[in-house]
Amino acid sequence: MIEVKHLSKSFSGKVVLDDVSCEMKQGKMNLIIGTSGSGKSVFMKCMIGLIVPEKGQIIYEGKDLLEMDKEEKKELRTNVGMLFQGSALFDSMTVQKNIQFPLDMFTNHTLKEKRKIVDEVLSRVNVSDANNKFPSEISGGMQKRVALARAIVLKPKYLFCDEPNSGLDPKTGLVIDRLIKDLTTEYNITTVVNTHDMNTVLESGDNILYLHFGKKEWSGTKEEIIFSDNQLLNDFIFASDFLRDAKEKRMSEMK
Amino acid sequence: MLKRMFARPESFRVYYKEFFHQASEIGIGSLWIVIIISLFLGAVTTIQTAYQLVSPLVGRELIATIIRDSTFLELSPTVTCIVLAGVIGSKIASELGNMRVSEQIDALEIMGINTYTYLILPKIISSLFVIPCLIAISMFLSVFGGYLAGTLSGIVSNTQFKTGLLQDFVPFNLFFGLIKAFVFAFIITSVSAYFGYNVKGGSLEIGRSSTLSVVVSCVLILLADYGLAALLL
Repeated sequence: MIEVKHLSKSFSGKVVLDDVSCEMKQGKMNLIIGTSGSGKSVFMKCMIGLIVPEKGQIIYEGKDLLEMDKEEKKELRTNVGMLFQGSALFDSMTVQKNIQFPLDMFTNHTLKEKRKIVDEVLSRVNVSDANNKFPSEISGGMQKRVALARAIVLKPKYLFCDEPNSGLDPKTGLVIDRLIKDLTTEYNITTVVNTHDMNTVLESGDNILYLHFGKKEWSGTKEEIIFSDNQLLNDFIFASDFLRDAKEKRMSEMK
Repeated sequence: MLKRMFARPESFRVYYKEFFHQASEIGIGSLWIVIIISLFLGAVTTIQTAYQLVSPLVGRELIATIIRDSTFLELSPTVTCIVLAGVIGSKIASELGNMRVSEQIDALEIMGINTYTYLILPKIISSLFVIPCLIAISMFLSVFGGYLAGTLSGIVSNTQFKTGLLQDFVPFNLFFGLIKAFVFAFIITSVSAYFGYNVKGGSLEIGRSSTLSVVVSCVLILLADYGLAALLL
């Protein structure tokens, strides 16, 4: 579990995060949602330690990230996997080398063992026959799967996903969402997903945090979102007439 | 940046491989351009020196002596390194810039890897080994280019060239050229790595930082060239 307490951050006097607190639960899909410019990415980068906040605490298993020394941070980072919006696969390496890279850096496995682990992880994310291909030679959906395989190859305790289905068609996006959800349950990891994709929210939002201009506006589950009377949240989630009608229909059915 | 670069590597094996990979990229990747430039530098210097030596009182051997000293002291280290600043410097800046923009550097940092050490240190160390070697090759080829141009065009005879080449040879000149190459190698890689690593924005900024890294490297090379000459000669 990750606890975030009173997190604040501003850039050149402009407040991007304002006193945000929340809990990211273990074995659950924790979603950060909000409009563009609402501070989602900054919030996630603060949680990982890529951006240092001005105020607040980010507590990993009782230890504040901001008070950890170099060694503690290094150890924590080997327990963190991240799936980037653009996959962030290393261009100069093949799929095999990309996934093997964390193993080369942090383990003493033999080459044979590493290859076995890479094959296992690739088959877990449903990628086959791509070991010797370069990232530029595979599709966007496959790149996301490979990036996910790289993120989980060291069996992390925490998985961060920055807009995992952006740039993908709805069907492939849903496949990636389900894959992340399955891995979260299977490995019992704390998964934090930054998204503004409504399919993800309504499909896999176990614990949702809605940010509005850097402030925590709402939090709850995907079931609670249907019944929420928060106007800002409803305007964001059910932005189109079609979705508003669908929500009303669903509410009347559930009542 | 330089201070943060010197940290204990996460895996010596990976860094060792990366060192050789970079050495091959820098060395073999620039070898052809070094060969071409050096041969022509020597050839052109021979012809232009002969054009200016009109007095019958000055022996033709002097052409070889001038080529040797100008090549060792200035042409090979400085001109070649300015060209290498364009070839290697822009490559390093754009490679790191692209890694920054496409979040590959963030991905490495999240893995717990010191990106300064992993991405920059092997490039600098390998260039400190490889660029002086390229300059040594350039010195030899430049003199050879001068020899070819001089003897084939009949400006200077084979014997005259060899005599001039050995005449008043100061070994320090060769050493001075290699010291220059060592300093310029550090300038080329560290400046381009700095500009590439700190790119902010998109593809337009990658191009700008790449150009800027070449311009700054060239200016620093010329300043260092003057400084070294003033200090050591």
